[in-house]
Amino acid sequence: MSKTFLVVAETRGGSLRQVSYETISAARTAGGTDTAVAAVLLGAGASALANELAQYGADRVYTVEHADLEHYNPQAYFAALHAVVQSAQPDAIFFGHTAIGKDLAPQLAAELGTGQISDVTAIEVDGSGETLFTRPIYAGKALEKKAFTAFPWIVTVRPNNITPLAPNATRTADTEAIAYPEPTLHTIIRDVVRNTSGKIDLSEAKVVISGGRGVRSADGFKPLEELAAVLGGAVGASRGACDAGYCDYALQIGQTGKVVTPELYIAAGISGAIQHVAGMSSSRVIIAINKDPEAPIFKIADYGIVGDLFEVVPLLTEQFKQALQP
Amino acid sequence: MNIIVLVKQTFDTEEKIVVEQGTVNEDGVKFVINPYDEYAVEQAIQIRDDAGGKVTVVSVGPERAAEALRTALAMGADEAVLIHDDRIGHDEQAVAAALHAFIAQEQYDIILGGNFSVDNGAGQVAVRLAKMLGIPHTSSITKLDIAAGKAVVHRDAEGDLEVVELPLPALFTAQQGLNEPRYPSLQGIMKAKKKPFRELSLDDLNLDVGAVAARTARTELQLPPARQAGKIISGEPAAQAQELFRLLRTEAKVI
Ligand SMILES: Cc1cc2nc3c(=O)[nH]c(=O)nc-3n(C[C@H](O)[C@H](O)[C@H](O)COP(=O)(O)OP(=O)(O)OC[C@H]3O[C@@H](n4cnc5c(N)ncnc54)[C@H](O)[C@@H]3O)c2cc1C
Ligand SMILES: Cc1cc2nc3c(=O)[nH]c(=O)nc-3n(C[C@H](O)[C@H](O)[C@H](O)COP(=O)(O)OP(=O)(O)OC[C@H]3O[C@@H](n4cnc5c(N)ncnc54)[C@H](O)[C@@H]3O)c2cc1C
Repeated sequence: MSKTFLVVAETRGGSLRQVSYETISAARTAGGTDTAVAAVLLGAGASALANELAQYGADRVYTVEHADLEHYNPQAYFAALHAVVQSAQPDAIFFGHTAIGKDLAPQLAAELGTGQISDVTAIEVDGSGETLFTRPIYAGKALEKKAFTAFPWIVTVRPNNITPLAPNATRTADTEAIAYPEPTLHTIIRDVVRNTSGKIDLSEAKVVISGGRGVRSADGFKPLEELAAVLGGAVGASRGACDAGYCDYALQIGQTGKVVTPELYIAAGISGAIQHVAGMSSSRVIIAINKDPEAPIFKIADYGIVGDLFEVVPLLTEQFKQALQP
Repeated sequence: MNIIVLVKQTFDTEEKIVVEQGTVNEDGVKFVINPYDEYAVEQAIQIRDDAGGKVTVVSVGPERAAEALRTALAMGADEAVLIHDDRIGHDEQAVAAALHAFIAQEQYDIILGGNFSVDNGAGQVAVRLAKMLGIPHTSSITKLDIAAGKAVVHRDAEGDLEVVELPLPALFTAQQGLNEPRYPSLQGIMKAKKKPFRELSLDDLNLDVGAVAARTARTELQLPPARQAGKIISGEPAAQAQELFRLLRTEAKVI
């Protein structure tokens, strides 16, 4: 093996996040066959998950466990990761384009004085052996391909876009514990309030059901939440709904909100402004429910229902409930 | 309180993107301050109005980026700096290095930037800068309180709320919800014309071309495949719901 690529894996609620498997797959594709893929797990209980990372394609797993790593602290996580990087000397480091990855990757890129390609949705190796990274710009209104001109590479991978490798139950990996360097922390995490609105993370959800100003009140999101519960999806929103105070800005999808790429996107009571469409137009299947047959959202929807969302959504929930019953 | 705000000029979010010969066509396009940077400018002005001091807005970019800085001055910032030099590479490492060369020589308590830019969307420049300056940072903040040389901020982490405390000087990136940016008033626009505005090149910053060379390069630019309008399902609501379900199962095969 001539090269080593390092993947920064993430957990949530004690299990690995789906994006971690996708990121291992991304590193494999980018590196080709002569590259060893190592994964790093930061935080308590990390070593218990090493096997699972191996099954999804990691050849080696580094762990750093310390109380400072219980919650994301930019300084503590950077120090831990930097210790691993110094030990592993990777040629590339891959992160999920998540709250943690987005914050940690540029710190490392700055420290190493190297390039970073962010929010990657596809990777290919071209005829001349160059690795090309596709990323949406202008919130998906254009797609660019980028390549690195120097090593090491730093990449963040958008959740839900790269297919994980099929798990192989017989694969195992070496593990290596790295000592936490115990830096002086200036930043203190006083409190973490877990997201109560959506149980499933929007960026990773396979189904997203979004409400716009058409839901008319915070209560108007209830029917959407019920449908989301039946489909195992997450609830999102347009800026119209956020600005009106019906929901938190954390739910906003669009050019200045989150960009989502689920299998199924349902827009209920959303007109389809260009800034909203920018954040959801690469969803695989789009459904629009709107009273106004002229609403621009119908121009990009695979299926449209002209109707009142308060009538249509509960009927859909009923329909799915019956059909999906075991 | 000396506050530096990083301002990037971007396409207006209403603009359609036209790709010509491998680049985005800028003819007739309306440019604005990156919407996230507007929150940063607003926050800086509020802190200055409260605690006194000075707000300096700085941008790295082409000549036209001066307009974005003028808008920030009209909102209430005190001084502007445009770092403009064709030798600066068009990537995040290069831009952060240029910003660093300027800011490292300045007096500052707080640096504010945007969470990401709505055009390139990398979300790297501000956090890179904090690391290069060796100061702590919190990204994606929705609340900022300053007292006794410390900041207590709310950070939005994928919908989770983190309450973080850190000493100044520190850098923050603004997330939606932080505040409601003001519009420049006519009086503000008039005043802006008299405010200090500096233009700096690599030579002024004593920067070596190698430090601002890009580490990444674009090899291709395309528009994504256009989406077509699909089927409109008509009928009574119950029939619509049934038909949609059938189509999702048999045609789209998503459930
Ligand atoms: C700089 C900038 C950034 C922006 N960023 C974003 C962004 O990231 N995301 C975003 O979403 N927007 C963004 N916007 C705002 C965007 O331009 C629109 O204003 C917004 O998307 C409109 O939200 P809406 O569709 O919910 O509301 P509206 O445009 O008011 O549409 C409501 C729709 O609901 C329908 N309706 C009403 N009642 C019902 C009912 N009972 N059943 C069915 N349908 C019903 C109506 O027919 C209408 O089409 C941005 C704007 C700017 C200027
Ligand atoms: C000569 C020259 C010409 C350029 N021409 C263009 C152009 O035509 N179009 C264009 O979009 N960019 C241009 N740039 C800027 C540069 O390409 C980008 O700013 C850079 O790649 C930053 O990446 P980003 O937008 O992903 O920033 P992100 O990392 O997503 O931005 C995060 C935050 O960092 C700060 N920030 C980012 N970039 C800058 C900046 N340039 N100045 C001040 N603060 C910043 C902002 O607060 C921003 O919200 C030019 C730069 C130079 C030197």
